[in-house]
Amino acid sequence: MSLTGGVTRRDLFLKVGIFLNGIVGVILAVPIVRYLLSPVSRERKPGYESWIALGGLEQFPSGETRLATYRNPVADPSDGETADIACWVRNVNGQTFQVFAINCAHLGCPVRWFPQSNLFMCPCHGGAYYQDGSRASGPPERGLFEYEYRIEGGKLLIRAGEMPTPGQASNLVREIRTCV
Amino acid sequence: MRLTKSIGAIGEWLDARVQLAATIRETVEHPVPRETASWFYVFGSAAFVVFLLQIVTGILLALIYVPSAGEAWNSLQILNHQIALGWFIRGLHGWGSNFMIAIVLIHMVQVFLFGAYKYPRELTWIVGVFLLLVTLGMAFSGQVLRFDQDAYWGLGIGASIASRVPLMGHFIVNLMLGGPIIAGATLSRFFALHVFVIPGLLIAFVGVHILMVLKLGINEWPMPGRVVRKATYIKEYHELTKKDGVPFFPSAIWKDLIFSAFILLSIAVCAAYFGPFGPSGPPDPTIIQTAPRPDFFFLWLYAVLSFLPPSMETPALLIGPVVGILGLLLLPFVFGEGEKSWKRRPIAVLTILLVAVALGTFTRLAVHTPWSPIMDAWSGDPIPAEFLHGRSALERQGALVFQVKQCHNCHSLGEQGGKRGPALDAVAVRLTQDQLIRQVIQGGGNMPAYGKNLSPAETTALVAFLETLHPAGQSPARDASRAVALGAVAGVEPATNQ
Repeated sequence: MSLTGGVTRRDLFLKVGIFLNGIVGVILAVPIVRYLLSPVSRERKPGYESWIALGGLEQFPSGETRLATYRNPVADPSDGETADIACWVRNVNGQTFQVFAINCAHLGCPVRWFPQSNLFMCPCHGGAYYQDGSRASGPPERGLFEYEYRIEGGKLLIRAGEMPTPGQASNLVREIRTCV
Repeated sequence: MRLTKSIGAIGEWLDARVQLAATIRETVEHPVPRETASWFYVFGSAAFVVFLLQIVTGILLALIYVPSAGEAWNSLQILNHQIALGWFIRGLHGWGSNFMIAIVLIHMVQVFLFGAYKYPRELTWIVGVFLLLVTLGMAFSGQVLRFDQDAYWGLGIGASIASRVPLMGHFIVNLMLGGPIIAGATLSRFFALHVFVIPGLLIAFVGVHILMVLKLGINEWPMPGRVVRKATYIKEYHELTKKDGVPFFPSAIWKDLIFSAFILLSIAVCAAYFGPFGPSGPPDPTIIQTAPRPDFFFLWLYAVLSFLPPSMETPALLIGPVVGILGLLLLPFVFGEGEKSWKRRPIAVLTILLVAVALGTFTRLAVHTPWSPIMDAWSGDPIPAEFLHGRSALERQGALVFQVKQCHNCHSLGEQGGKRGPALDAVAVRLTQDQLIRQVIQGGGNMPAYGKNLSPAETTALVAFLETLHPAGQSPARDASRAVALGAVAGVEPATNQ
């Protein structure tokens, strides 16, 4: 049964069917994409980056660099021990501190502190840093990532919550200028 | 007799309904050029059979494995130690993975050298490139599911590489990790990738790949002088299979069957003899006494990342893979015609040799990691006695500084110690006293400066020790101008005394 303009009833229904599926597809795609992007969008929620206590100042003697650990502010029950993050705390002179991310600024491996030679060394690709976090040698392009810190009620607090990476050191980690 | 009859009857009953027997028979008995019934043509089918083994063993592991960051490592321990033969199934899956990559690479080299990517099999090659990529994707995601220290820090390396993508880096890292840090969400999404997404892609690509092999026919044995031309190739190929063809079943398939059985047996022997891979230490990021290392087939990349100069690293990491993959995808379009035989394609052969030597060299270097300081050499590797014999008190004090300040972690003496910096067995021949002092205090050439960490007395002692490091009978390097200056002073002094 042909209509004016040569469009048959069957053709019309086919087009309506395809159109309806297209609409439903878009309606479903929006929440699916939103769901998939949740790790990115969740970033703006409060509590994502928080001030976290690393412990009393007495744990970090003046002139020394010590390992400290904290529980990531955003953690799920299934995270287990992966939400426990380590960092290096340097008490420069009893008043000034430096808190370095554990991750090498090259590719994120855990750097180790050697008080004997006053160097941080990375076990992966041989990066080395001086005690103030600046680059000493090896493949890293910059110094260690450094957390913002403050002292409150005799405790050392840092602003943390995200793993620093070389491309995006994250807005809570200051870049240290490499001293030559 | 009655049994065979009734099986036949059941078969007929089934085929009257599914109607597949004729299609299957036609497919398996399709004619192939006689020379392709060769031991060189068994790698594709072997890769497929290993893939089937991976599916079966993967499902078996999923019965026990818990894809949760807090539980995964423990469930691997249970598989290894508490479930009967759980260790063997893990071994089969892990060794199956290594064999699969190896066979896929061999298959690729064979196909490349036999010119099989040329017209009309361009798309078969392109799908094959995608199959290589998803196979590597399976290997990387599988390494993550073995949720141990290597997996944790390997993810950190992956995230650090991804973060270098301009503008999108931060976004990609969050998407890859499923959150701000490597944690439960990270493992869950890699589980979904490894178990659902990538295998789905693999099955789809394998289906298209095999379909095209059947539709277009297996590549004929390349003969020097038998040149591919788009105008005539298909006709020539059909004439060849008609004139000198044999049915794939049973004339060619027996070699595939025997080789696949041999490969499966090899995987089983490796699994039984060497056992499963890991897991290494638990994925606890507060345990930092670890030297993370990727699985065998990613070791070459680990070495490359150590050797790239800092300024080249980001461009090389981001542009290198794109150029490599584009090159592979464009290959059949740029060289779609012409000679197929490797005997007439010296550049193709040289390319394979170059790539193989490069990958082999980098892999070997990554096994030894000469770029990494040996973290405990300063306390674990003593200075060999011959470097201390007959030395003065000051020089021995310098040897002590050498150990205590961890010079030994990067510099070797008598083959002991790190290889990060040059061996110092004969350093006094290369550097004068002044140069030694300068190098120690200011560093440079990839060595940290020790000026702030050494007292003047320690530096003096250390350099005194380093000056003794020269072969017997070969005098240490000295600054000629300094000797002249000292001599001049010595010459002047008597004059002033007079």
